[in-house]
Amino acid sequence: MELKRVVKFEAERDPAFADWISHTVGGERIRHCLQCGLCSGSCPLSLWMDYTPRRLLLLSREGFKEEALSSYTIWLCTSCYACTVECPKNIKVTDLMYALKARAIQERFYPKRFAIPELACAFSRMIRGSGRITESRLVLQVFFKTALWRLIGFSNLGVKLLRTGRLRFVRERVSRQNEVVALLNDVEATRKELAR
Amino acid sequence: MKYTYYPGCSLRGTGRAYEESLLAVFRELGLELEELDDWNCCGATTYMSYDEVQSYALAARNLSLATKTGNDLMAPCAACYLALHKAQYYVRDYPWIRQIVDHALDTIGLPRDISVKVRHPLDILLNDVGLDAIKTKVTHPLNGLKLATYYGCQIVRPYALFDDQRNPTSMDRLLEACGAKIVPYPLKTQCCGGSQKGTLPEVGLDRIGRLLAGAVRGGAEMIATVCPLCQFNLEAFEEEASNAHQFRIPILYFTQLLALAFGVPLKEAGIQRSFISIKPVLAEKEIAYA
Repeated sequence: MELKRVVKFEAERDPAFADWISHTVGGERIRHCLQCGLCSGSCPLSLWMDYTPRRLLLLSREGFKEEALSSYTIWLCTSCYACTVECPKNIKVTDLMYALKARAIQERFYPKRFAIPELACAFSRMIRGSGRITESRLVLQVFFKTALWRLIGFSNLGVKLLRTGRLRFVRERVSRQNEVVALLNDVEATRKELAR
Repeated sequence: MKYTYYPGCSLRGTGRAYEESLLAVFRELGLELEELDDWNCCGATTYMSYDEVQSYALAARNLSLATKTGNDLMAPCAACYLALHKAQYYVRDYPWIRQIVDHALDTIGLPRDISVKVRHPLDILLNDVGLDAIKTKVTHPLNGLKLATYYGCQIVRPYALFDDQRNPTSMDRLLEACGAKIVPYPLKTQCCGGSQKGTLPEVGLDRIGRLLAGAVRGGAEMIATVCPLCQFNLEAFEEEASNAHQFRIPILYFTQLLALAFGVPLKEAGIQRSFISIKPVLAEKEIAYA
């Protein structure tokens, strides 16, 4: 058994994190959260979560950065938007999950070889490279990055997909890929300028 | 009527049958489609986890290109449909996002106008074509085939643009007009687990199993879907999920069922791409097909 202190001291909180979350897209109304729990109740995945969405919202807005960013909750969220629709205070809970995921990726708050953030990173790389997603290649990339041995379990499915013509390896791409790259680079440049 | 068509990445991969049947249905109804010039990925939900503002810019490139055409933009994939709408709303609602996206569009020489009307095929078929016109096209009625209509998340949430968010019925009405019988399916807008069958298998499989079991319990002989990811999850992992439940029902796109009823040959409706043959059910219900 491992003994862990469950209550935090005031000084252990991160006020800058609380400030950040209330300035993210969707976080502007986080202070209005009633802790009613409709987000958790409507979430089809909350039964797998370490912190339900209601608890995660509270942890984030009170500045418990470590807990929020290392929680399983943000990765379990599939963006089904049930919480966002049900929230009586119109808090965009799904967008908060996105903001937390992006921050967790930036600060590497996830275990090595964890497939969900690896998928997000591989996805963004593929867009930057080709402008479109080739599903088969994306899936292979994620398996290479995470757990190659698990591919064996998918061989049966792969055969079925091949047989029905649904597994294509030819790379899908836009023809003016330079536009997509310039677009993404410009977003970064303007954002940096605005931050100054 | 003419629409700009945004296929999205999945319809060129695992969701090919969706594209094939959709094009067949539109052709039968005399609706013209023109593929969006040099479209890029909408960003889907995955890019939003990586960087939200970049994902709006990606969607905006498509929207700007589409606005230039002057026609409504049809997005059949649920994730594309949502990502395109969301970008429009957030560019409108957050001045700082607009500033970034406008600047990026300027840089690549595209107009800032991204106001094109984004439409789902369900919306177009129900509201532009109408049930009466659909009924006149039915040559091979579905003879009371019992269907669970599965909408999934993203065409009804977070925005309710053409249907009810908690109990959508647009697909029900279209398929009823083709002679199908819609069974009660309270899980019709619950999440399929998205990509979690690949990333957290036990979680994804649990979702898929519950959705399939609910449809079977309601008496469904097939499930009709509108989203490539929902269709893929339910079909590809049905065998694995049914260890506990023992079911094996075909999962089709709603456009495939419309195409069948319109007398489109099975192959043109992408039926041969199903893992589970629909022929036993068609024979049992004495449904003729071309």
